[in-house]
Amino acid sequence: MSFLDKIGLKKLKDGLNKTKENLVGKVNRLVNARGVIDDDFLVELEEILLASDIGFETSEKLIEKIKERTLTDKYVDQDELNKLINDELKRVFYDTTSEFKTFDFKSEIKPFVIMVVGVNGVGKTTSIGKLAYNFKNAGKSVLIGSADTFRAAANDQLDIWAKRAGVEIIQSNSSSDPASIAFDTIKSGLSKNTDVIIIDTAGRLHNKTHLMEELKKIKRVMQKVIPDAPHEIFIVIDSTTGQNGLNQAKEFSNALNGLTGIILTKLDGTAKGGIVLKINKEMKLPVRFIGVGEQIDDLQVFESEKFVEAMFGK
Amino acid sequence: MLDDLTSKLDGVLKKIRGQGKINDKNIDESLREVRRVLFDADVNYKVVSKFISDVKEKSLGQNVLTSITPGQLIVKIINDELIKLMGSEKAEIKFSDRIPSVIMMVGLQGSGKTTFSAKLAKYLKAKGRNPLLAACDVYRPAAIEQLKILGKQAGVPVYSDLEEKDVLKISRDAIQYAKENARDTLIIDTAGRLAIDDEMMNEVSKIKDALQPEEILFVVDSMTGQDAVNTAKAFHDKLNYDGVILTKLDGDTRGGAALSIKAVVNVPVKFAGIGEKLDAIEQFHPDRMASRILGMGDIVSFVEKAQTEFDMSESGKLEEKLRKNKFDFNDFLSYMNQIKKMGSLSSLISMIPGANKMLKNQEVDDSALTKVESVILSMTNKERENPNLLNGSRRRRIADGSGNPIQQVNRVIKQFEDMQKMMKQFNRDKGRGLMKKMKLPANLMKEFKA
Repeated sequence: MSFLDKIGLKKLKDGLNKTKENLVGKVNRLVNARGVIDDDFLVELEEILLASDIGFETSEKLIEKIKERTLTDKYVDQDELNKLINDELKRVFYDTTSEFKTFDFKSEIKPFVIMVVGVNGVGKTTSIGKLAYNFKNAGKSVLIGSADTFRAAANDQLDIWAKRAGVEIIQSNSSSDPASIAFDTIKSGLSKNTDVIIIDTAGRLHNKTHLMEELKKIKRVMQKVIPDAPHEIFIVIDSTTGQNGLNQAKEFSNALNGLTGIILTKLDGTAKGGIVLKINKEMKLPVRFIGVGEQIDDLQVFESEKFVEAMFGK
Repeated sequence: MLDDLTSKLDGVLKKIRGQGKINDKNIDESLREVRRVLFDADVNYKVVSKFISDVKEKSLGQNVLTSITPGQLIVKIINDELIKLMGSEKAEIKFSDRIPSVIMMVGLQGSGKTTFSAKLAKYLKAKGRNPLLAACDVYRPAAIEQLKILGKQAGVPVYSDLEEKDVLKISRDAIQYAKENARDTLIIDTAGRLAIDDEMMNEVSKIKDALQPEEILFVVDSMTGQDAVNTAKAFHDKLNYDGVILTKLDGDTRGGAALSIKAVVNVPVKFAGIGEKLDAIEQFHPDRMASRILGMGDIVSFVEKAQTEFDMSESGKLEEKLRKNKFDFNDFLSYMNQIKKMGSLSSLISMIPGANKMLKNQEVDDSALTKVESVILSMTNKERENPNLLNGSRRRRIADGSGNPIQQVNRVIKQFEDMQKMMKQFNRDKGRGLMKKMKLPANLMKEFKA
């Protein structure tokens, strides 16, 4: 039985509870109040959608779809409407198959190198702690490289997470070059035949050219040891993030020649993280994991079906 | 972006030309574009709706003057309304006679409380206060350590108690410590918390009741989307905070959250965080935020930054040289150093209206300056003073010496010659103040398109 099954959907649903109430509650009230899908209804529906950060265009397209589908039959009941929105939202999600749908993924590649990037304060270090814990629990050996040499005490923070997860960590003492730490970590992981290597990087705003150059360099030096590393590059997106999230994903992707997935954090708050729909659609970049709390087991493999279901309810 | 909006609106409003007035029919379509712009800037949908109806009311019946386009007129109305909504006064931190005056920082996880606490401490220290930082985030791993390190960098003591988990006790002890050590200002860094986490919200609420802070500051990430109003409101309901801090404003977010929060809780944004260094803090200018939300760039901040950083005596010397037409590579080098002091090229460019558009999507390469520098540093003193000496073989030597291809060397020399020409031009038009001077880096930046 995989670790995930044990958690099930409960936590996600708990976390998204507020969200669910907001959206479903509002849509329900709206349908009850009007009973008919007319222009006013659509205006109000648009506001509900916009409030979830999915963006003007995505919302506009959804409304168009709903208009089309309700054109013949003006009256739609609550359940039907929920299903309709549900279906359309799921359709917005672009799905990709990845090496791992679960933490105990099978891979020929060893060590499997994951690089984690993102802007400041989104929860990279915490997510890495949780990732390491989950991989470890799934029976993998894990090595973390602490290449955030900039933020004060970032090292200590990651070190505490590594201890909690019970995994090894490589960090700098005096060196201030993140690339050299990444290099050392990959080398060490290779010699120890580690299953998974996770490289943490300092938070950086995506419009700072010199910091993006640094990121490129970290990637380059890893490739000196393992030419096709990193095998995954995850961008961490805070679910409170607005439309800027798309810029973030684009710029990090440009700098690193592509990203492979999103870790969507802080979904236990009131924010809905709707920007990932837009990122997912425009960049064909899937959400891989979601963070739903501050505890070490508060990270889940993302499944769009379940996400949309939890978001909108049945 | 503003140009975009204006031209879009002009397209939509073309038909108004003949009519001479903005009316109900012709404005609706254009306001749709405005809505889109505001949503793209993360302004909350409720605020947008209210705003749009206000703008519509103001615009209806306005005569379209011949001197400006209808698009420009509407953009002006929008800008005026935005400024009105944001407010125009700068807001200060409140202090009392009590020792210490207490400032408490609150906000969501990752909004930047710890970094901003240290920035504020440094800022207040420079203003003559005697701050003490208190580490009250006992939850996030290494948060206390982080504040200690930042406190050291800021030259401000940090009160912490690694054994204690009771945040209320730590903050009370910090007050005592401040009294005993003649610290007149206590800045309390608290843990990030969700507004819906009752237990954690009660914790800060208790600190508020016990300490009665002179100032509670709500720290919010400027990249926040629609949820900003929910969180801002929930924190305000509980804590009735006095000011908002907008962090990470050095990013490329349009920052509509600032407008939404102001509109919903009507608390002024007092400061903005504009970089990772501890002196990257500035007083918030609400009027400028309006332009930023519309995508107008922040020309005023740019000029101010230039004013403080641009060494006046150095630039005086430069002017002297210009007058005598003696601008050489040494001056070029020192001029570049002046620019470097002002920050990265990309951050400077982001403040110039239209510059991003001008450079299209071409990346501005900050390392280009370093390359130019390496070329100049590989010249002999004589060559720097007399660039005419730079013949083919000298250029080749410089290329080898600086590790650049010969083309790079030629390019630098060409840039220098262009610059000399610009300088001469500038010399002729001088006396038009700093704005004129600022054209130079703008032009220079054009040279550094990657």
